[in-house]
Amino acid sequence: MHPGDLSFVFLNAFIINNFVLAYFLGLCPFLGVSGKLDTAWNMGLATTFVMFVSSLCAYGLNLLLVEYHLEFLRLISYIAVIASAVQLVEMAVKKLSPALFRALGIFLPLITTNCAILGLALFQTFKEYSFLQSLVYSIGAGAGFTLALMLMAGLRTRMDLADVPAISRGAALSFMLAGLLSLTFMGFAGLGTH
Amino acid sequence: MADLPSKQKPITADTFLRGLWEENPVFVMLLGLCPALAVTNSAINAIGMGGATTFVLLGSSALVSLLRKLIPKQVRIASYIVIIATFVTIVDYAIHALSLELYNALGAFIQLIVVNCVILGRAESFASKHRLTKSLVNALGVGVGFTFALLCLGSVREILGSGTLFGFPLFGDSYQPWVVMILPPGGFFVTGAWLLLFSWLKERRQRKVAKEEEAVHAPG
Repeated sequence: MHPGDLSFVFLNAFIINNFVLAYFLGLCPFLGVSGKLDTAWNMGLATTFVMFVSSLCAYGLNLLLVEYHLEFLRLISYIAVIASAVQLVEMAVKKLSPALFRALGIFLPLITTNCAILGLALFQTFKEYSFLQSLVYSIGAGAGFTLALMLMAGLRTRMDLADVPAISRGAALSFMLAGLLSLTFMGFAGLGTH
Repeated sequence: MADLPSKQKPITADTFLRGLWEENPVFVMLLGLCPALAVTNSAINAIGMGGATTFVLLGSSALVSLLRKLIPKQVRIASYIVIIATFVTIVDYAIHALSLELYNALGAFIQLIVVNCVILGRAESFASKHRLTKSLVNALGVGVGFTFALLCLGSVREILGSGTLFGFPLFGDSYQPWVVMILPPGGFFVTGAWLLLFSWLKERRQRKVAKEEEAVHAPG
């Protein structure tokens, strides 16, 4: 596969360089919302949608900024776009599914400070992806985030029943689990070049 | 807030130490984990990242604290983010000019300081409610605490993963580096191990306190 191929761009973001397990992006929701499977799934969907919208906007914005030589404003404008996209999703979720709105709680507005989203916008700029590549990259990253979140949720549901020493309950155990997951994903590393 | 003297307690050592130890952003509050894990594959990177974050923390806390009466409540988060992004842009350009090596090692994570929840958390919960000096002292405490945590992770990972500390070899040539420790899984494992250590220390102290109380209340 050629690094520029759309299928490679997707696989790269989805599995090989998974945003959570290889780049350590979006760890707060990864540890915070991975308690239950269905919440994890919905969180993944919401994040993927925000990623898609902000990737789209970031691509357009970057063209404008480069055109007018305002690259130093990139960070500020990206974060403003992401914050508005999150506001949009928040309003939509509140209107369409109040139950989901309550389940996601504080983590919904916190998508703004989810580094995976700003990271995505920055990476696609650094890698100089075309419009189509950027879109595919954002969908791949969102799918990868959802996958990691779901896997973690499944593992943690199991772990609640496991008999472990009291001091390792909670965060320490979650980190060990995440380490094992990350180790598993390293097995895919041979698929890509970078 | 001169008319509310009770709300503004004087600056004590606690203002500084709280962020350093009791409310350590990484090990206790579990905030700012993304940079804490991503760039700590060597001690130098850890210090660079910690220093950059501390600078942004100090700058944004100062500005938020100065502007706290001017920023309307409804748009405060957006204003804080813009303030933080400004300081991050400064740091980004400064590191680029000062040390290209560090800039390449930290990569996009310098710009990602914007979304470090530690900084927004400080702005929202402390700097927006306190005077300039107190906010600065508190921000410095949290910044040092963050750097300390990063250094804890970075030094362990570098020693195990490359057999060096700050680039100086520690072991003889026969040492087989434990490469997985500088790769992503190592970040999770080392953080997990530190958390285990801290919860073990906490539990031991609690048991000690309980035992002492028992001894005091014991009859005779």
